[in-house]
Parts: sequence; structure tokens; C-alpha cells
Amino acid sequence: MPVQERRLSLFLSLAVLCCGLLLWQYATHPTVSHSPYGIPEGNAEYQRLMGRDAATAHASGFPTPAEFVRSAMDELRAPLRDNGPGDRGIGWQLGASLLRVAVGYGLAVLVAVPLGFAFGLHPVLQRAFNPFVQILRPISPLAWMPVALYTIRNAEGCGIFVIFICSLWPILLNTSFGVTTIRREWLNVARTLEVRWPQRLGLVLLPAAAPAIVTGMRIGLGVAWLAIVAAEMLVGSSGIGYFVWNQWNNLSLSNVILAILLIGATGMLLDSVLALVQRSVRYAE
Amino acid sequence: MPNDLSASAPLHRTTEPRVLVRVSDMGKQYRQNSPMVFENVSFDIHQGDFVCLIGHSGCGKSSILNILAGLEQPTTGGVIIDGREVTRPGLDRGVVFQGHALLPWMTALQNVAFAVRAREPAASRHAVREKAEHYLAMVGLAKAMHKKPFELSGGMRQRVGIARAFSTQPRLLLMDEPFGALDALTRGLIQEELLRICTETRQTVFMITHDVDEAILLADRVLLMSNGPSAKLAEDVANPLPRSRTRERMHHESGFYEFRNHLVDFLVRRSALVQSDPNL
Ligand SMILES: Nc1ncnc2c1ncn2[C@@H]1O[C@H](COP(=O)(O)OP(=O)(O)OP(=O)(O)O)[C@@H](O)[C@H]1O
Ligand SMILES: [Mg+2]
Repeated sequence: MPVQERRLSLFLSLAVLCCGLLLWQYATHPTVSHSPYGIPEGNAEYQRLMGRDAATAHASGFPTPAEFVRSAMDELRAPLRDNGPGDRGIGWQLGASLLRVAVGYGLAVLVAVPLGFAFGLHPVLQRAFNPFVQILRPISPLAWMPVALYTIRNAEGCGIFVIFICSLWPILLNTSFGVTTIRREWLNVARTLEVRWPQRLGLVLLPAAAPAIVTGMRIGLGVAWLAIVAAEMLVGSSGIGYFVWNQWNNLSLSNVILAILLIGATGMLLDSVLALVQRSVRYAE
Repeated sequence: MPNDLSASAPLHRTTEPRVLVRVSDMGKQYRQNSPMVFENVSFDIHQGDFVCLIGHSGCGKSSILNILAGLEQPTTGGVIIDGREVTRPGLDRGVVFQGHALLPWMTALQNVAFAVRAREPAASRHAVREKAEHYLAMVGLAKAMHKKPFELSGGMRQRVGIARAFSTQPRLLLMDEPFGALDALTRGLIQEELLRICTETRQTVFMITHDVDEAILLADRVLLMSNGPSAKLAEDVANPLPRSRTRERMHHESGFYEFRNHLVDFLVRRSALVQSDPNL
């Protein structure tokens, strides 16, 4: 893209951001109650009677941008604090969620990639398992929750299971698709060279299917990050989803907004890491 | 190192050239009730022979080559190479595929080294690399070794494919229209290169081509296939020109035009007749 256009895009992005902030400011600007009896707006007594103190006009409502920034700075001063389950920093909670995702998603990769290879290499297996995969795949990860809670009986295990089950399918399906669509010629090259199985896997099958596998992994990670927040809201005693729910119960909307932004930023970061991996395994034919 | 290429040639060299490949009564049918692609195909390839197979598109040339490579199974008959029946692919046969079939995530050097490594699993990294470089230099690609296939021209890719097949020092080299995608000039250069290498190494070659002049230049024997379906091996013609022929001077050799006319006449006329009248 030419520099000119890139600059224009940047400008537009900033403009959209400003508009958003302005709207936010406008919508949450502390207003005074309008009296239906024509009492002047500046009448402090009337305002007090209506439960609105000029100073505390907005304490429990939706924060203005300035209030949000102030409270976010407050929260971010000690993001990793851990004063028992009731008072943990947002960073600590984010870390707890990330750890859960790492374990559940890691397990999903470890299971789905080999299984996808098996399906891709053996059409019989693929056909045998396909009905189950097709039925299990569209189930919302949260629908598993009661079953998981009953069988696992452990909030931590449940979260991990939900992550596992929702990131499993995209990785599995993409891997088996990637392996079945490997060009026949490349397999024939390996066959005519009598390449042994470990090398055939590592030097031909894996690189050939890698773009599809990483695409599946990227989708899976996105789904996992979506699911973890919801799962932690339901059963968590920690994690960013639990944090959101807890702050909502405390009516601390500033913290809720902060958490939402952090969830978005973290998701973006995770995705861009896999986008980098994707670029590195891509090949041109 | 493999500077002395003739060292890699087979040691057995009796006065009467041995039969390396024996194809007997071979036929191929891809699906149960589809017609035979070809049938009753029998021929021998002697040690050191350069055999070209010519026929119209779709008559089953690639199928025959794939069966020789062990990538496909014949429906009837069979192939014996060096006294053993061919049932699967093996390193004793090197294949240059119709599409170049290079692995796109590897550089030219890595593609060739992959084959060298397959041949010599225990060799040192250095030895493998040196050997791969040697074969790439042999096809004139010393400067483009570190490029990926998509960065190479069609002709260069084909040459990498040829270097890869040679690098495993196969008993039998199988080539499926290796120069199909090349312009006339490049094609001529590589043909001469190939002829030189094959003469030096006494390489046994089975090659498919559409190009009559290419067959005349390269082949000791030309096999002519009639049109499919149910294609047959119609003729097996020895090249009357001396092996010292070159591209520039071969039309001055006596017998060139008779031979060429014979082949062209087969392609334009007799290849279709064989099918309708098997007694021709
Ligand atoms: N794997 C396959 N499955 C089914 N039919 C096939 C298969 N491979 C080839 N055929 C059929 O066999 C016939 C011969 O194919 P083949 O590729 O051997 O022809 P060819 O002589 O090499 O043609 P060309 O000169 O165009 O490369 C064709 O009719 C083709 O449709
Ligand atoms: Mg063909």
C-alpha cells in the first residue's frame, strides 16, 4: 500500500477512536435532573432531594472516560497483587486464565494433530469417526459445563476441559483436511526415495500440511479465548471471566470495561503470534 | 567425491548387454468396468539402453512409467527388474515426474539433499551437501541452489528434478516428459547435457516424450504406442543413427529422414490404424 493511503487509514482509525471517546463522554456526562416544576437547574437543594449530589453525581453510574482512566490507573497500580480470593489484581486473573488456556489448548493440540494425521492418512478411520465429530463439533462449549462439573467435580478441571473440547475440533478438522489434500506427487517422491516414516512425517507430511494445521490452531485458539471468559463466569473462582463477573457484582463498571479491553488486547496478541507462525510455515507452489 | 561419475555405473558389463527390465504382457485398467487403458504390453530394456516411449496423449504412457516405478500396480502381467518383480517403489529406480514434483518448502539444494540423504542415511551432513551441490552443478544450477522452486523458472525446476533423480544413482532412470515445459533453446541444452551424462555414466533410461526429434537424439530404441483405449505397443524401433549424434549434425546422418518420417508417420497415421485393425 502506498504511504499516502497508509497515512489516510491511520488518520481514519484515529478519527473513529476520537468519535467513540466523544460519544462515550457525551453519553455519560454528568447531567443534572430536570425539574418538571420549573425549579432552576442550579438548585442544589432540589438536586440533593433527587439523590444527586453535584460531587457524587456519577459515582455508581456508567463512568465517563476520565473516571475510567482514573480507576484503571488505580487497578493497574498493583495488577499482580494476591490478597486472597476476594482481592486479586487484574493481571493475576489474566494470568490464571492464560494458564488455563495454555493447558487446555496445549492438550487439544497434542490430541488433535496426531488424530488429524491418522484421519488424513487412513480414509477408513476418517469415515468411521466423521459422524461423531460432526455431532460433537457444533456443541457450544458451555453446554458441556454441567457434564464436566458432574464428572470432573473440580472448577479448575472444568475450565481446562471446556477449552480443550472447543479448540479440539477446528484443529482436528483442519489437520485431517491438510493431510488429505497433500499433493500426491510429493508423497510419490517420498515413496520412490524409500524415505522412512519418521523422516516422511517430519520432512514431507508435516511441512506440507503445516499451513492448514496452523490455520486450525489459530481458529482453535480464538475459540478457546472466547470460551474461557464465559466458563470462568459460570464456575470460576479465578480468571479474567470471574473478575468481570465479580466486578459487575461490585458495580465497578470501570473495572469491567478495563477487563473487557484487556480480554480484547490479549486475544489479539495471541492471534498475532499464530499469524506469525502461519506466515513462517506458508509455502508458494 | 563423485567427480568420477563412471564409477557409479553398474559393474556388470558383459559383452552381451544384460536385460535389466522385462515387461511382460502388461495391461492396466483403473476401474472395474472401464476399458483397459493399455494391454499386452511387453518389452525389454537392456543395461545401458536409452529407451523412449512415444504415443498420443492419454494412451497410457505415464501409467506404464508409474508401474515401472512401482507407484501403480498392473492389472495383468508384470515387471521384472534385475530379476525381481516390481511391487513397490524403490531407490533402484529414479523418477523425474511429469510435473517437476519438487517440495516447495525446500530450496533446490535441500530438495536434492533430501534424495541424497534418503540414499545414504548414514552419510555426514557435509558429504550430503557436497554431493547435492555436485549434482546441481551438473545440471548447471550451481548459482541457483538456494532458491525455492517458486523462484525458479520452469526449466530450472525440471533440471532440479533431474538432478534429484540422478543424485540417488539409480539402476534405472524413469523420466516422464522431462522437457515438456521448456522452450526449444533450453530444451536443446538440457537434452545434450542429459545425453552426455547418460553416456558417461552408462545410465539406463526409460523416457516418455511427445517430441520425435528428442527421441531421435536421445533414444537407442523408440517404443511406439497406438492410441487408447486399449492401447498396444505397436512398434519397437532401433535408432539407426550412430550414438555420436548431436543435435546440430544429426540431420546430416544417413537414415535420419527415413527414421524421422517413420516415426512421424506412425504418430499421424498408423497409431490410429492399429486400434481398428490389429493385424496391420
Ligand atoms: N489414477 C487414475 N485413475 C483413473 N484413471 C486414470 C488414472 N491415471 C490415468 N488414468 C487414465 O488412464 C489413461 C492414460 O493416462 P496416462 O496419464 O497414462 O496418459 P499419458 O499417455 O501419460 O498422457 P499424456 O501424454 O497426456 O501425459 C487416461 O485416459 C486417464 O484418464
Ligand atoms: Mg503422461
